[in-house]
Amino acid sequence: MSEHLLDVDDLYVEFRTRDGVAEAINGVSYTLDAGETLAVLGESGSGKSVTAQTIMGILDMPPGFITGGRILYNGKDLLTMPESERQKIRGAEIAMIFQDSLSALNPVFTVGDQIAEMFQVHRGMSKKEGMAKAVDLMEQVRIPGAKERVKDYPHQFSGGMRQRIMIAMAISLDPKVLIADEPTTALDVTVQAQIMDLLQDLQRERNMGMILITHDLGVVAGVADKIAVMYAGRIVESANVWDLYAKPAHPYTQGLLDSMPRVDSKGEELYAIKGLPPSLLALPPGCNFNPRCPHRRDKCVHEVPPTEEVAEDHTAACFFWKEVARG
Amino acid sequence: MQVKDVVKHYPLTRGIVFKKTIGQVRAVDGVSFDLHKGETLGIVGESGCGKSTLARLIMRLEDPTAGEIWFEGEDMAHLGSKALRSKRRDIQIVLQDPYTSLNPRMTVGDIVGEPFEIHTSVAPKGDRKKAVQDLLEVVGLNPEHINRYPHQFSGGQRQRIGIARGLALRPKIIVCDEPVSALDVSVQAQVINLFEQLQDEFDLTYIFIAHDLSVVRHISDRVGVMYLGKIVEIGDEASIYEYPTHPYTQALLSAVPVPDPLGREGRRRIVLQGDVPSPANPPSGCRFRTRCWKAQDICAEQEPPLLQIGTKGGQYSACHFPQVRDILDNDVPTGAIDLSNMPKE
Amino acid sequence: MSDPNASVSAAAPETVETETYRGSSLPPEASTEKPRSLWSDAWRELRSSKIFILSAILIFFFLIMTFFPNLLTFGKDPYTCDLKLSRQGPSSTAWFGYDNNGCDVYTRTIYGAKASILVGVFATAFAMLVGGFVGVIAGFFGGWVDSILSRVTDIFFGIPLLLGGILVLSSFPSTDNANLYSEVGKVVLALGILGWTSMTRIMRSSVIQVRNADFVIAARALGATSGRIIRKHVVPNSLAPLIVVATISLGGYIGAEATLSFLGLGLQPPVISWGTMINDAQPYIRVAPFMLFFPAIFLSVAVLSFIMLGDAVREALDPKLR
Repeated sequence: MSEHLLDVDDLYVEFRTRDGVAEAINGVSYTLDAGETLAVLGESGSGKSVTAQTIMGILDMPPGFITGGRILYNGKDLLTMPESERQKIRGAEIAMIFQDSLSALNPVFTVGDQIAEMFQVHRGMSKKEGMAKAVDLMEQVRIPGAKERVKDYPHQFSGGMRQRIMIAMAISLDPKVLIADEPTTALDVTVQAQIMDLLQDLQRERNMGMILITHDLGVVAGVADKIAVMYAGRIVESANVWDLYAKPAHPYTQGLLDSMPRVDSKGEELYAIKGLPPSLLALPPGCNFNPRCPHRRDKCVHEVPPTEEVAEDHTAACFFWKEVARG
Repeated sequence: MQVKDVVKHYPLTRGIVFKKTIGQVRAVDGVSFDLHKGETLGIVGESGCGKSTLARLIMRLEDPTAGEIWFEGEDMAHLGSKALRSKRRDIQIVLQDPYTSLNPRMTVGDIVGEPFEIHTSVAPKGDRKKAVQDLLEVVGLNPEHINRYPHQFSGGQRQRIGIARGLALRPKIIVCDEPVSALDVSVQAQVINLFEQLQDEFDLTYIFIAHDLSVVRHISDRVGVMYLGKIVEIGDEASIYEYPTHPYTQALLSAVPVPDPLGREGRRRIVLQGDVPSPANPPSGCRFRTRCWKAQDICAEQEPPLLQIGTKGGQYSACHFPQVRDILDNDVPTGAIDLSNMPKE
Repeated sequence: MSDPNASVSAAAPETVETETYRGSSLPPEASTEKPRSLWSDAWRELRSSKIFILSAILIFFFLIMTFFPNLLTFGKDPYTCDLKLSRQGPSSTAWFGYDNNGCDVYTRTIYGAKASILVGVFATAFAMLVGGFVGVIAGFFGGWVDSILSRVTDIFFGIPLLLGGILVLSSFPSTDNANLYSEVGKVVLALGILGWTSMTRIMRSSVIQVRNADFVIAARALGATSGRIIRKHVVPNSLAPLIVVATISLGGYIGAEATLSFLGLGLQPPVISWGTMINDAQPYIRVAPFMLFFPAIFLSVAVLSFIMLGDAVREALDPKLR
């Protein structure tokens, strides 16, 4: 097996809450190579953000517990390495940007201070060198008038500009992996388009691996190389972006694609996946999707479907993918 | 319903005891449109364009600074509080956030039944429980859950409760303020379908306010595009999406992600420069001129009026240089809309 | 006010997840399960809290002392004193010893609870009603109503509780035929008049938060009157912080009463209260420390148990944990 930049292998995470154990991630595996964009697609509660937090090592523990699996970064397991070593990777090698840029930035420091701090802490630079780097980075993320604005506070920026600052901080130490957790969800469409363009350009320039976590099928279609679709803590389908949209093999993926209204056509009545996402405290037996699935048979209620190869680099966790698959 | 030149300015004040007005936020600045019976009018725009304020003005939850809102021969904008209260039966609202729009300390039965307690004539006391259960059934909820509290439901189910409450008084118009934007994709489709189904069943007219252009296209018959407190373009759904003439509409459409990787390299995206100006201090003339690639001197001097485009009569655009531009690569036959009067790019 | 632990445990991943699994996809067979209101959830939470159980047991005892003191004193009368026994130390017949007048300190301590608890409860009720009402009006209507009410509140807030209490009570000295209730009423009034302002502030800010909530907008869109909105929507959703503060200040009022009585301004003999007992004991602190010790302990425990109760209630009502 060739070595990947990042290799999440059979990860299990649960939350022990007062109401019981929530099985947030149940055997998730995916890989990421340099220069590649992996989109992790899922609805709220699917475990897509928890996976990212586990990779970053920022999962709240407790209530979170990692109960199985490995996360290999350049062949080394992040989960077993000492905290001091992990600290060197977090932020510097694997960086993350969040959805809510207003709460992720400290309101009492200027944005320049906050970017410069990355260099002071990790690279031992002086404040002055750090500030020069900060201006440089703000120019790279295309903030107009970076020289003057470096002394402004986060609230003086618009949402889109703040997200750019978050990106500047994330790329400041030349990370190899960039995790973007719903980076554009809070933004307007025109700004969203700018930010996605920026992320894509930066990724190409620096040959970073990017994990894009989102619920938006439209955004994914625009930028991703490959996609992992998550449902109730499992990856139900993964494929390259072309195959997934053209030949979805899992009923959930199909349902999602069909339930999206599209801007480029009026369309008939939308297909709607019936029912609701399951409670992680009481996952349905067998295939987690079976209560909502139009293809359900007896087998689905009793057995957990294995991940099967549908085509090259295309897998689906469904017993009946052959009859489900179309195209 | 006819909305005429509605304006809402919020004063910017300084001081606590002796307030001084130091400026005006022009949240909604002269909006006019007609709403036809049985149609769905979509209002799209980015955050801060005034679309939610417009919803509140139509509902008379806020008093407009100026303008008229005519509904069944009466000016809602200047109705006294008593007359207004009974008029409220006809216009209802569904709000965005299903987590905050339901009172957490009331049962579902009390929430959906509240309209009957306020307008006691609609359902006699003995029939109310039955009426509430019928409503829950109509929106696809289990009528036996009448004694549950909102926190026992998921987001999509809560939004259904909100819809049931809005439906209780059998209104003629429902104003929907971003009703599906807080929901997950799979649940969003259920709720959109519910809206369409209810429209047929109860003969409803919708004003559907949203930032998601795809959702608005799907549900609307006509669409208005708002920018900085004004409608810049309005017309039927097909005209706006297939033959947009205002540069802002075009930019907005070009930025919407399409859930299909095919053709992603070929898509031409109009990238707008800068941010939306502050509504406290909008640009002179055309408000979009600071970000527009077609801006000329006249755009700074004269405000472009909302003028009819084409001869078919459905489409109005507020631009000095309106030009059709095909953004979404539609393969709709060109005969569908009369283009004889339209300049082409 | 907010508990740092609470916000931490409610942060990041858990909230993301709880949003979906809480209450989502209730299986159909669960429809027979009892509906759970937020109040009943809080009550369940309370019952499982050790601090709540401890403080509830203590308060239960104080309530028995208040209403049935003779149950605990084996029929002894607090006013039956024997000067011969003056300042005798604790013994098997008198567990807490005798005071200067030869009265049984144990009996008097038990009987002293009544005045203290009554003052605490009524001063709190007074402050809660007045303060809550003013807070609701100021918070809900805003504008000039709020400006005027808030300035008035500020003026009262500026007067320190004890200084104000001294001022009020010394302007209305006790008459000779004072009985328990007129004495308690006077102290309640003095504490309540100065104490309502903090309740107003809590209630006002909590009402302002709720006032613009979406469900209030929805109710207004239905044509609900202001009275109905306040009654049905605003008050039920803004009461929690007031209840917490009220419980905690109940302990504070008991302490304030004792302080005033100790200074000779609050409750006057022959009314027995912990404050007056401490006052009586003060000159003999070296020769008969037990005279001071026992009422002081009871006072501290009473104050503490109400503060603990308030803490437990806050934990249970904290919306961040739901």
